[in-house]
Amino acid sequence: MSYIRIEDLHVTVEGKEVLKGVTLEIHSGEIHALMGPNGSGKTTLSLALMGHPKYKITKGRIILDGTDITNLDTSEKAKLGIFLAFQNPVEISGLKLSTLLVSEINRAYEGKLTLQQQLSLIKELVKTVGLSDSHLNRGVFEGFSGGEKKRAEILQMLTLRPKFAILDEPDSGVDVDGLKIIADSIKKLKVENNTGFLIITHYRRILDHLEATNVHVLYDGRIIASGGMELAKAIDEKGYEGVIKEVLKH
Amino acid sequence: MVDEERISIDMNEILNAALDVKNNVLTQQEFHKVITEAGLSKDIIEEISRLKKEPEWMLRLRLKGLELFEKLPVPNWLPPFVRDIDISKLEVYIKPAADKTSSWDEVPPEIRSYYEKLGIPQSEQKYLGGLVAVFESESIYEGVKQEIQRKGVVMITMDDAVKKYPDAVKEYFTKIFPPSDHKFAALHTALWSGGVFMYLPKGAKILTPVEGFFIIGSEMEGQFEHTLIIGDEGSYVHFIEGCSAPQFKKFSFHDGMVELYAKKNAYIKFTTVQNWSRNIINFNNKRAWADENATIEWVEGSLGSKYSFTYPSTILRGKGASSTSLVVTLASGEGEWKDSGSKMIHAAPYTRSKVISKNIGFGGGVNVYRGLVKVNKGAVGSKAFVKCDSLMLDAKTKAYTFPHNQVFEEDAEVAHEAHTFKMSEDQLFYLMTRGISEKEAVSMLVLGFMDEIMKELPFEYATMLNKVIKLELEKLGAVA
Repeated sequence: MSYIRIEDLHVTVEGKEVLKGVTLEIHSGEIHALMGPNGSGKTTLSLALMGHPKYKITKGRIILDGTDITNLDTSEKAKLGIFLAFQNPVEISGLKLSTLLVSEINRAYEGKLTLQQQLSLIKELVKTVGLSDSHLNRGVFEGFSGGEKKRAEILQMLTLRPKFAILDEPDSGVDVDGLKIIADSIKKLKVENNTGFLIITHYRRILDHLEATNVHVLYDGRIIASGGMELAKAIDEKGYEGVIKEVLKH
Repeated sequence: MVDEERISIDMNEILNAALDVKNNVLTQQEFHKVITEAGLSKDIIEEISRLKKEPEWMLRLRLKGLELFEKLPVPNWLPPFVRDIDISKLEVYIKPAADKTSSWDEVPPEIRSYYEKLGIPQSEQKYLGGLVAVFESESIYEGVKQEIQRKGVVMITMDDAVKKYPDAVKEYFTKIFPPSDHKFAALHTALWSGGVFMYLPKGAKILTPVEGFFIIGSEMEGQFEHTLIIGDEGSYVHFIEGCSAPQFKKFSFHDGMVELYAKKNAYIKFTTVQNWSRNIINFNNKRAWADENATIEWVEGSLGSKYSFTYPSTILRGKGASSTSLVVTLASGEGEWKDSGSKMIHAAPYTRSKVISKNIGFGGGVNVYRGLVKVNKGAVGSKAFVKCDSLMLDAKTKAYTFPHNQVFEEDAEVAHEAHTFKMSEDQLFYLMTRGISEKEAVSMLVLGFMDEIMKELPFEYATMLNKVIKLELEKLGAVA
C-alpha cells in the first residue's frame, strides 16, 4: 500500500497565489475526484504536483510513502511512479509517438522486453485505447483530435503503470465510446496495478462509471468540501454555484 | 559495390578527432615561419607566387583575383562582423617550417603532434586510400596507397599539380567557380595555397575513401586551400574533408574552394566535417559539375566555427545527372552564425536533385538557409526536392529561410518543404513527466528532428554525429 499526501499546498503562478492551502491524501486503489468551477486551481494543482517550472510552491509539502518529494525534479517524480495525463498536452512534432512509447516501455520494464515484445505490447495497447498504427508514426499529438489526445495520454498511462495517476479532465471532448474506453482503462489499472487516482472532472458521468471513492470540491484555491458520490450528484443537480453557496453558509 | 563499412569506420575516426578538438586536445604552438608580411597587395601576391616557383599564367590569374577583389562589393547580406574583416591585418601566407613529405617521420614533431592527436596518421594507415594534410598555407604531407596509384589515379597537392599537370589545371581551375563570382571567390583566387588535386581516369573506382585534412595553426591567419577533383567517365570516389584548429584568442579566416567535375557516369561523394574552433570565420566555396548520368553527393556537417558560410552547389549539365546535398548546421552560442544552403541548377533533361537541410540552434545562435533550384529551358522531365527544417531549442535563437525557385520548364517537378520547430518549456516538461530527464528530453527532441538525415548516413557517422550534438548540448546545462 502506497500513499501520496499533499499538505497545505500554496502555489503561486506568475506572482499570483492560485492555491491557498490544499490538503489531500490518496491511497493505492482509491479513486478521488477533484471538481470545481473554472479558475478554481485544479490544473494548477496537477502541474504543481509534477513540478512545472512556472508553478511555484511557496508553502506546504508533497509526501510519497513518508518521503518529502516536494522539490524533486519532474522526471524523478515520474520515476517514483507518479503520472500526469494532461488536459491539453502540447504537440511535439519532431518526436514520433512510437519513439516516446519505446522509451517509456524501456523504463517501465527496465529494458527487459525484447524488441518483438515491445512491439506487440504497443500494438495491443494502441488497440485497447482505440488508436491506429498511423498515430504511432506521427509526431506526438501532431494532428490529433481532442479525443485522440486523451486516448494517447491513457495509452501512456497503461504503458507506464504508475502508482498514482493524476488525470486532468480525461473526459472532456471525448465521445461516448471514448469515455467508456477511458473509464475501462482506469478500472483495469486499478484492479491489476492497484493504482491510486486523482481525476479532475466537471462531469458526474465518468465518476458513475468508476465508482469514485472520494469527491472533493476546489474553490478559490481551497478544498471547501469533501465527501462521496453524493457530492458529485449534488453538483450535477444544483451546479457549482448552488453547492458552493450551501457549503459556504455553514 | 561501395565499401560502406570502411567508409563509415573512417567517419568514426574523423568525428572522434572532431570530438577531441572540442575537448581542447589541440593547443597552439609557435614554430611556423611567416614568409610574407601581413596584408594584401600586388607585391605580396607576387612574392607568394615566386616562393612557390609558379608559372607566369598562375601569377596572372592571382593578380586578376586581386583586381576583382578590390572591385567587387562586399556581399550586403553578410553579418557586420564578417563584412568588416580587414584582410590587411591577416597573415595571408604562412609557410610552415616543413617541406612536403610522404613520410610522417619526416614531418617536424611539433607539427606532426597536431595530426597525431587527431588520430589522422592512424586512420590513414587503417582506412584511407590517400591523404593530403595541409598545415597553415602549405600541404605538408601527401600519401597515396599503391593500389590507388596502380589504377592511374593522381592525388597530389594542388601546388604540385600546377607544375606537373598545367594543362588540366589551366582547363579546370576556377572554371566553375570563377573569381568574378563574388568578393571572397576573388580573394581565394588571389591567395590560394595548399589543397588537393585529384584525377580519376576512365573507369577508376576507389572504394576506400580519400581525405584532405586542413589545420589552421595560428591566429590572425588566412587559409585558402583549393581542392579540385576530376572524375573521368565511370569513375568513383568518396573524398572526405576534415577541418580543425586549436582555440585562439583572436580570430582566423578560412576561405577555401572545392571544385568537382564528374564526367559521364562518374560518381563523386564529398563529405565535409567542419569542426573549426570558435575563433574561425569559415567561408567555403563549393561547386560541382555533373555530366550525363553522373552523380554528385554533398554531405556537409557545419558544426564548428563562429561564422560559417557554405553552399554546396551542383550544375546538372548532362542528361540524367543527379545530385543530393545533405547539410546539417549547428549554431550553439551567442553570436554564432551558420549560413548554408544548396544551389541545384538543372541544365539538362531528366536531371534530379534533392536537398535536405537541417538546422539546429540554441543559446542565441542564428541559422540561415539560402537555397536555389533552377530548372533551365530545355531541362525537361527534371525533378527537384528541397526540404529545410529548423529546430530552435530556446527563445533567443533564430532561424531564417530564404528558398528560391526558378523554373522554366512546365513539366519539371519542383517541391519545397520548410518546417520550423521550437522546443518549448512545455514540451520539455511534458517529456519529463514521462520520467525522461531534461538532458535526455533535449536529445530526444534534437535526434527526432535529425532522424530523416540520420537515415541517409552510414550508421557510424550517424552515431558519431549524435555524439557531437550531445556534446554540444552539454553546454546547455539547465535549459529551462
